[in-house]
Amino acid sequence: MSQVLADLKYAKSHEWARLLSNGVIEIGITDHAQHALGEVVFVEVPMVGREIVAAEACAVIESTKAASDVYSPIGGKVVAVNDPLGAAPELINQDCYLQGWLFRVQPISDAEFDSLLNAQDYIEFLASQGG
Amino acid sequence: MARCTPLHDLHAALGARMVDFGGWDMPVHYGSQIEEHHRVRNDAGVFDVSHMCVLDLRGAGVRPFLSRLISNDVAKLRLSGKALYSCMLNEAGGVLDDLIIYFMTEQWFRVVVNAGTRDKDIAWMRAQAAVWHSDIEIIERSDLAMLAVQGPKARQIASDLLPSHLRAAVLLLEPFFGCEYLSTQGSTWFIARTGYTGEEGFELILPVGEVVALWEALNAAGVASCGLGARDTLRLEAGMNLYGNDMDESHNPLESGLAWTVSFDDSGRDFVGRKALEAFRTTLVPRKLIGLILEDRGVLRAHQRVVAGLAKDALCEGEVTSGTFSPTLARSIAFARVPQATGETVQVEIRGNLLNARVVKLPFVRNGRILITL
Repeated sequence: MSQVLADLKYAKSHEWARLLSNGVIEIGITDHAQHALGEVVFVEVPMVGREIVAAEACAVIESTKAASDVYSPIGGKVVAVNDPLGAAPELINQDCYLQGWLFRVQPISDAEFDSLLNAQDYIEFLASQGG
Repeated sequence: MARCTPLHDLHAALGARMVDFGGWDMPVHYGSQIEEHHRVRNDAGVFDVSHMCVLDLRGAGVRPFLSRLISNDVAKLRLSGKALYSCMLNEAGGVLDDLIIYFMTEQWFRVVVNAGTRDKDIAWMRAQAAVWHSDIEIIERSDLAMLAVQGPKARQIASDLLPSHLRAAVLLLEPFFGCEYLSTQGSTWFIARTGYTGEEGFELILPVGEVVALWEALNAAGVASCGLGARDTLRLEAGMNLYGNDMDESHNPLESGLAWTVSFDDSGRDFVGRKALEAFRTTLVPRKLIGLILEDRGVLRAHQRVVAGLAKDALCEGEVTSGTFSPTLARSIAFARVPQATGETVQVEIRGNLLNARVVKLPFVRNGRILITL
């Protein structure tokens, strides 16, 4: 059973989004996603300053198995990336919801964040996908 | 429907993540592929390789048959138990499979071929035997399972689990030799000092009904269950080719880093593919298989484009044939097929970016030691 945190929003492509106090949205991948990917050995995050749109592939996670795209759940401007992942990509396996965050986005609007799945919806979505 | 080895239920009970490999449902890891890799480099691990196909070739005509069938020369096999690694080629020199041959007696050679090619290989061998009127019988040993116990402590731990009268003898096996032993169960176990990891170890071929107990005894003695994921990273670090990635029917051994397995010494030996290889050899072999270590950050993967940087040469590009993240080196490594004139550095295209990689002499790692400059 994958861990799903109650205070986050989710995308069906298995990313989570956390609203920080300054209005910036922090993005990472869910426990379900990190488990499916297997052991992470390399992470490529977007450049700070890059403008992205919702559902755009903007990060890559390489596991022992394969390379997988990460899609931003929301559009906006990348304002920070999680530099420690460069030396410790395994943080995504060990702590995907906190230390394993990928990048932070200053959103264009609140609407995209609000329209993401809440924890209960995401749990039901996982169940409908068979796990 | 995927085929299952006799250990399939045990893999499930051990929490293995399963994957299709050559039509077989096989464990890719039991939790951590990277941890399993390190266990083999530093300690001992066991792999289920029962998907591989054990063939016994028997009859008075076995030696002459193999002398024509494979590109290495079975004339090198004079001592009983000696193993020989070789390719089996088609007439065009393409690699049908790579295999290991153990010389048991003049009437009996044991051959181990890959899982994904077993049906093709057996059909090819039977067809050749018919054409050459060879006095041989090809017996598929589906009654046998196969384990690889690998790592610096593998031989000692494995031998401790063997019947007491066998222990001293198996520890005296020379590298690349195998021998049959009578087990306490009264059955016959074939044990060889061979493997696919670059570490010391044994490969054991034993009756299907006895393999689960052996696996459990190895686990209890501290040998880690290891999946095909670690097997792949270990063999890549050890500079060992994988059939279907690094050589196949479209590529001959000379352009696959396997010239050392082709024996041209006996000019009278007319092995399948010889004419094609001789013709190929008259000019400079246009491509070669090399080792790469990625200098930039990323992960090399099979089929990535390699730019060898020889702009004036028509052949200025190559391709990664196998690539991975190396747990021992904590860097990405690969094999690539590139133009013969390729220098000491290349670039590899990863997601549209050209990243720098350095050409290195294989292997990357052997017997727990890193052999390249990082």
